[in-house]
Amino acid sequence: MANITIDGKPYAVKDGITIIEAIDEAKIELPRYCYHPALSIAGNCRICQVEVEKMPRTVIACNTRVAEGMVIHTQSQKAKESQAVVLEFLLANHPLDCPVCDQSGECKLQDYYMQVGLYDPKFDDVKVKKTKKAFAIGPTIMLDQERCILCTRCVRFADEVTKTHDFGVFNRGDHSELDIYPGKTLDNKYSGNVADICPVGALTDRDFRFKMRVWYLGSQASVCPGCSRGCNISIEYEKSRPYHLKEERIMRLKPRENPEVNKWWICDEGRYGYKPVDFGRLKTLKTNLNGNTAPFDWKAALEEIAVILKSAHPHRWALAASPEYTNEELYLQKKIFLDELKWNHVGFKAPGQEGYEDSFLMKADKNPNSAGAAQILGLEAGREVLTPIVEKAKRGELEGLFIFAHDLAKIYGAETLALVRKNVKTIIFEGPNQNATSDAADIVLPSASYAEKDGTFTNFEGRVQRIRKAVEPLGGSRPAWEILLELAGVLGMDLSYARPEFIFSDLAKENEAFGGLTFKQIGPAGRVWNKK
Amino acid sequence: MTEPILSRNFNVPNAWKLSVAGPRGAYETARKVLLAMKPEEIVQTVTASNLRGLGGAGFPTGKKWQFLPKDNPKPVYLVVNADEGEPGTFKDRYILERDPHQLIEGIVLSAFAIRSHKAYIYIRGEYVEPYQNLKAALDEAYAENFLGKNIFGSGWDLDLVVHRGAGAYICGEETALLNSLEGGKGFPRLKPPFPAIVGLFGCPTIINNVETLACVPHILKNGAEWFANLGSPGNGGTHLFSVSGHVKKPGVYELPMGTPLRQMIYTHAGGIRNDRALKAVIPGGISAKILTAGEIDVKMDYDGLKAAGTMLGSAGVMVMDETTCMVKMLLVAAKFFAHESCGQCSPCREGTGWAYKVVQRIYSGEGDLRDLDTLLKVARNMEGRTICVFADAAAWPIQSYITKFRKEFENYILNHKKAGAVHG
Ligand SMILES: Cc1cc2nc3c(=O)[nH]c(=O)nc-3n(C[C@H](O)[C@H](O)[C@H](O)COP(=O)(O)O)c2cc1C
Ligand code: SF4
Ligand code: SF4
Ligand code: SF4
Ligand code: FES
Repeated sequence: MANITIDGKPYAVKDGITIIEAIDEAKIELPRYCYHPALSIAGNCRICQVEVEKMPRTVIACNTRVAEGMVIHTQSQKAKESQAVVLEFLLANHPLDCPVCDQSGECKLQDYYMQVGLYDPKFDDVKVKKTKKAFAIGPTIMLDQERCILCTRCVRFADEVTKTHDFGVFNRGDHSELDIYPGKTLDNKYSGNVADICPVGALTDRDFRFKMRVWYLGSQASVCPGCSRGCNISIEYEKSRPYHLKEERIMRLKPRENPEVNKWWICDEGRYGYKPVDFGRLKTLKTNLNGNTAPFDWKAALEEIAVILKSAHPHRWALAASPEYTNEELYLQKKIFLDELKWNHVGFKAPGQEGYEDSFLMKADKNPNSAGAAQILGLEAGREVLTPIVEKAKRGELEGLFIFAHDLAKIYGAETLALVRKNVKTIIFEGPNQNATSDAADIVLPSASYAEKDGTFTNFEGRVQRIRKAVEPLGGSRPAWEILLELAGVLGMDLSYARPEFIFSDLAKENEAFGGLTFKQIGPAGRVWNKK
Repeated sequence: MTEPILSRNFNVPNAWKLSVAGPRGAYETARKVLLAMKPEEIVQTVTASNLRGLGGAGFPTGKKWQFLPKDNPKPVYLVVNADEGEPGTFKDRYILERDPHQLIEGIVLSAFAIRSHKAYIYIRGEYVEPYQNLKAALDEAYAENFLGKNIFGSGWDLDLVVHRGAGAYICGEETALLNSLEGGKGFPRLKPPFPAIVGLFGCPTIINNVETLACVPHILKNGAEWFANLGSPGNGGTHLFSVSGHVKKPGVYELPMGTPLRQMIYTHAGGIRNDRALKAVIPGGISAKILTAGEIDVKMDYDGLKAAGTMLGSAGVMVMDETTCMVKMLLVAAKFFAHESCGQCSPCREGTGWAYKVVQRIYSGEGDLRDLDTLLKVARNMEGRTICVFADAAAWPIQSYITKFRKEFENYILNHKKAGAVHG
């Protein structure tokens, strides 16, 4: 340990760390462009200047290591002046096109100008023109070389994280240009991250381009539902002008730092996978039962379902649960369908749906909560894969199916769905998005997407993580946990919870894997369960 | 003038050939030393000789060698800086072109001293003849087993490779040189770590200038004390001064460290051309701060010039007579630095280009008096905030020309102001 002083306060820090690491631990703000904790040290932007007593000049915090007794100032006259003059250099040739720049509002040039700049600009000459402005370097990213401050974060990301070696700095002096290598396009599975780490508006996200000024964005901490990694994300949604852009409310997803799960990154599939929250949604209740297509309300619908379920023979109905649902919802399904109704044809896993996997983040299982579903519903053999149920349905051995979210046509083909439809009397569908199975169902209960509800997912390693409601359930949809509780009520069960938090507590008490956890204990990094 | 040492073969025809250099003593010292001395003894002798790096920074050579880690399992490299890019400097080319065996002998001895089995010479790309002669000398040295395996039967091997640069001034900075040698872009590296610990290909590396290494055989032949006494206190030996500009006899002069500048200009270089009045002298390559005619009573060594507020640098002495326009001088210097900045560090990348634009504007008659303060500000703000000292070197000409010749700059601005110039 080294005893150091930062801005007058004493700290004991690990030996050999850099000053910027000590400053970050102490939660002190210090400008930085090239430094990123995930990348090697470049030390080229020179903005992180601090004053260290007994040193003749200010030094860069990112490449200076702490030493016993070091006295560091981040806010002294000398330190601030040093930071300000570096900023003035960075802005000398900057185009200052903030009015048309997507980064505006979350740009580190703007932020640091307000924080340490505020100088009277002296640059009075013609700015350097660069080659590429608004230039698409790949399907996801737009490059503006004039806005680039040449911090090389993107270069190091592609060299060190994705190892795709896409970027380089070409030419030299004030004609240096950041570019991708000739003949290349930026097209890797993690390309969107470069827009996040670019501290300025040089690399911007084409998907978000000109969609919205960032100050209209609200942000909610959640978890990506794209695969069983469960990368931590912020859901960024339109805050103040609902429905301004047609029906699109979710504007973008951003990675949220979690050293245990995804570090600072997410994959492009996850990043751009948010469209189903706003599009292709089921928004109204629907029933075709007995030719009755009149609009009907939740109470009537659930009562009608209760009547059907109560009279159903437990061996003649099957449950197709879904690993896209939260632990809490799966727990309620277990309570209703397994414990109360005593069904034993239960499955949740669609076969043959594995996707791309790599050794970095992306997992082949494209469901966010397979581990939770298996733990809650599917421990015994035969309670996992959907296929035996579908086979039974095809053979006409089932009277009814209660399907959550799955599209049988997508998994088994349209003919299978048609056959199932023909041979099964009643199909009840509950899910957020329309698909061929919902089209074929007799009763459709529209439910909230992951972005519209609270709860938890369990990722592939058994890490329980919280998702949070960012926007209201669309149209007439409701969170599945709410629907299930109401269904339990009309079935005469004694189940009632005000919030998913309380459902989770009961689940955690009952299911030893969750070992008595509470929402509070899950914490910001999630919590790995105690499965043996 | 003392007996020439480094330059003793410069005017001997074909001294780059072993047939000429051999009989004049080439490799005699290396043969003796390799068979008789231990590496540590060589390091001690070089340390005691007060030899200071002659590439510009003047760092004591023996001390630098001692920075190498003890008990290091990795190979150690010796890299010879023959990039000689500093404007006003042309001394190394004389060694490379006219007496390359002197350098190779120095490399053999120095590599042996630091226990290196592989040395590289990074030679300025534009140096065609020096390269050809050096290459020929290298081949001869291999043929005679002065390089290669079991040199002089000492049981010790050394490989020497010549690599040609591609024209970037910054590749003379030792860590940019290493990156370039590795096949990368010539970007100076962050320090620490220093090359003696993490250098070429991640291994401990010593980088020395051509002339520095050429001194080594003479030190080992004649002793540390002899060498130290040639120069001034703490500044051992003689030095090759590249004298250029408005003197009657420009050229490379080998003179003891500490020779007075006035004597160098008026005695050795024959005085100012056409006997005009002296206006200013840049004593150590374009990066060094300028001295006015009134400031030339200084000793030409590291300490003397430091005391005078400038530096010996590469010992490129540029002499300017009264007809020289300081605005134009600054234009030339500012253009050079703007062109050669590697562009990594924001202050240097933006500052050098900015300064050049302002000076260009002044030069073309669109300047304003307040531009001078902007220039001084830009220079001050660049200084001491970057990865390598290039930015400082770019700042010093601006600062020294403008402060020492402020009236001339002001008059230039006022007298050249174009009618209707919009600026300012
Ligand atoms: C911008 C810059 C350019 C340099 N160019 C050269 C050069 O051309 N030749 C050289 O020997 N040293 C040059 N140097 C100095 C080297 O970095 C290094 O100090 C030197 O090669 C060490 O050798 P020495 O100790 O024998 O002098 C340069 C330094 C800087 C900062
Ligand atoms: S594009 Fe962005 S991240 Fe890349 S070097 Fe430029 S400013 Fe840095
Ligand atoms: S790796 Fe998986 S969890 Fe992470 S962003 Fe991609 S799809 Fe989402
Ligand atoms: S000071 Fe200039 S030349 Fe040196 S590393 Fe920085 S940008 Fe490159
Ligand atoms: S953040 Fe330290 S130099 Fe860029």
